Amino acid sequence: MGLKEVNITGPKVAFRIFGLNVTETVILSWCVIAVITGLILFMTHNMSKTNPSKKQIVAEWIVQIFTNMVKDSMGSINLRYTPYMATIFMFSICGSLISLLGLRPVTGDYSTTLAWALITFVMIIHAKIKNDGLGGYLIGFTKPIIVLTPINVISEVATPVSMSIRHFGNIASGIVITQLLYFALTMVSNAIGLDFPIFTIGVPAVLSVYFDLFTGFMQAFVFTMLTMANVGSAYPEPEN
Amino acid sequence: MEKAIVLAASAIGAGLAAIAGIGPGIGEGYAVGKACETIGRQPEQSGAVTRTMFIGCAVAESTGIYGLLIALVLLFANPLIGKL
Repeated sequence: MGLKEVNITGPKVAFRIFGLNVTETVILSWCVIAVITGLILFMTHNMSKTNPSKKQIVAEWIVQIFTNMVKDSMGSINLRYTPYMATIFMFSICGSLISLLGLRPVTGDYSTTLAWALITFVMIIHAKIKNDGLGGYLIGFTKPIIVLTPINVISEVATPVSMSIRHFGNIASGIVITQLLYFALTMVSNAIGLDFPIFTIGVPAVLSVYFDLFTGFMQAFVFTMLTMANVGSAYPEPEN
Repeated sequence: MEKAIVLAASAIGAGLAAIAGIGPGIGEGYAVGKACETIGRQPEQSGAVTRTMFIGCAVAESTGIYGLLIALVLLFANPLIGKL
């Protein structure tokens, strides 16, 4: 019993459809979406103004948190972005925390985080064009002097790349380190002469608090905050 | 023989890539130290300071994560062996 060698791979391909690989990331993403949707439908079921139930109060509290977060960092004119921020945050944190159930985290796949970062990128460009106009947006690349245009283009493209790689890298390194730890603990058990990997009980759970809980929460928070900061600075509140 | 050279070079390269962890370590330590100073001076602002510090730490961490990713690719998904 136990691992004989370190085996670190990407997400497994579950089946193929029309020549496209359907990986476990896709399946688990849809499971996460279904769970979140079910939870939301459950919490907002039978809402009442005069006699709110406990679940309605919890739902209102969550909405209040996100509204305050968006209002603080983006200003009250950008409140319509709140649903997107809440969606990204909930999806990211649930997608990372399914690793507590022994499943492969959805965010440990670069496709997932890249897709989110590209959505954010389109939103940033949309906000900039809405603020400055298309001409103003394009002229903005030549500021402060025209020689810096390539650098400005690179820094524009670097935003989604760095956001997605940061999130993916944190979660994926957690996966790799957990696997290496299981391997090392199994080797220690074998070195003592035990057939059963006794050390793999309990010890990984302590590290899981950092690599799964803390990193998952932190990266979800950081991704959301960076999205808010970028979109908010692209469409600032008009000064009075 | 060629494969051995490529594997050895990849392992050395992975080790060198992990040196990228030095920068974020220094930077994050500096940021946390400054945040502690600020909280000591203005304890009523600790919530906002902590939030900003975590964002800054996560941003500073990204260069280290890039180095770590390169190290992991060289160790576990080496693209160079396929080119032999």
